[in-house]
Amino acid sequence: MTTKISFLLNGDKISYTVKDHWTLLHLLREKMGLIGTKEGCGNGECGACTVIVDKLAINSCLYLAVEADGKTIETIEGLASTDGTLHPIQQSFVDNGGIQCGFCTPGMIMSSKALLDENPKANLEEIKHALAGNICRCTGYIQIFESVEAAKEPVVENKGGQNE
Amino acid sequence: MKPFKYLSPTTVEEAIAFHVRHSQTSKYIGGGTDVIVKVKGGFLEPDYLISLKKIEALSELHKNEATGELSIGAMVTHATLEKSLMIQKEYPIIYDAVSNIGSLQVRNMGTIGGNLINAVPSADGAIPLIALDGVALLHGPDGERSVEVKDLFIEPYKTILKSGEILKKITIQPQAPHTGSAYIKFGRRAAMELPLIGIGVLLTVNDDLVTCAKARICLGVAAPTPMRALDAEIFLVGKKIDEKTLIEAGKIAADESKVRDSVRGRAWHRKEMIRVQVRRMGLKCLQMIRNNG
Repeated sequence: MTTKISFLLNGDKISYTVKDHWTLLHLLREKMGLIGTKEGCGNGECGACTVIVDKLAINSCLYLAVEADGKTIETIEGLASTDGTLHPIQQSFVDNGGIQCGFCTPGMIMSSKALLDENPKANLEEIKHALAGNICRCTGYIQIFESVEAAKEPVVENKGGQNE
Repeated sequence: MKPFKYLSPTTVEEAIAFHVRHSQTSKYIGGGTDVIVKVKGGFLEPDYLISLKKIEALSELHKNEATGELSIGAMVTHATLEKSLMIQKEYPIIYDAVSNIGSLQVRNMGTIGGNLINAVPSADGAIPLIALDGVALLHGPDGERSVEVKDLFIEPYKTILKSGEILKKITIQPQAPHTGSAYIKFGRRAAMELPLIGIGVLLTVNDDLVTCAKARICLGVAAPTPMRALDAEIFLVGKKIDEKTLIEAGKIAADESKVRDSVRGRAWHRKEMIRVQVRRMGLKCLQMIRNNG
């Protein structure tokens, strides 16, 4: 009922013997002490436990730890630089008031990161679509969306007269 | 969560052989977005979870350019379908349905096969596959068999799959020229919602671009299982498709639906929405057909 798995976690190679019924969330929080990832509903409804597995945002509460074998996993702990400099999306949430109680924030930021890594110019509709699985009970979402918008790559306007 | 042993066979045969040995205590698992919820809640207590994730053939999505047949492996995730340019362009009804299932996190994990096998009345994934006359390929201890997707469902949470059978893929034959298709998941909010009602319409018209050659009107949450509104379909075939005929088709579809009151909505509201949305989706199909010439 145990399986030895190896995976890349925030750039570090990890080997761990896990019980087959552990979720990835359980492994991260209870066994590895990475409590930045939150447990909200535990049923894939709220998105608080969102982490990135092989570039895709997933609910770690429904993802079995054994399935992490061979995967590349990113959690909120991996975003800031070792010197403490925040990731641009984190900084944007701070600057734009995208945080109230903060419980949903790691999930919001991981969903936003998966989106912007894949689609750096995501528009507001695409941001809303990508964050639809992250529930925030404090805010009206507006400042969260603004935070993600502000973290996007700056749009370079073509002000020259030349057509391509 | 009750402990279990997790198995990762790499072939369908291996998975079935294991299931045969432990049929009472094992359960297949796809993306896990339904199974893990049920295990966590104590509704399922398997000793063995047989994962289908490592069986590569089940995750293939491709269109045979020679025959035009579309093949969707059962383990293809909703997100893979949603992001496929081929699906977006050629099968808009599939895109409409899968792009609003659960959340992106769920769509990144959940599979089209799992959505069918879970067999909820609200399965968004089932409606387009029924409208497209999809055929499911099953493989079990007694070998392979094919069944139309519309015939997969017996009652809520129950399919015709026998013990040990695996849904391998869904195939869809090429659509006739002048075909349009659209689905709407109608609910009260845009995010993390199950549909109050799901309506999928597929129309094929003749070369005159108005006379209906084929119609599919498929409804979710309108009966214990996903259903086709056959009377409405028959009514449309041979008619000139316009707003008037679509309004009539919507009324017929609403009448033959078996909607009921539930926590998410009232029967009368569901009927009204079938009437409105059959018309709207029909008009959307017509627009698509005309845009494509």
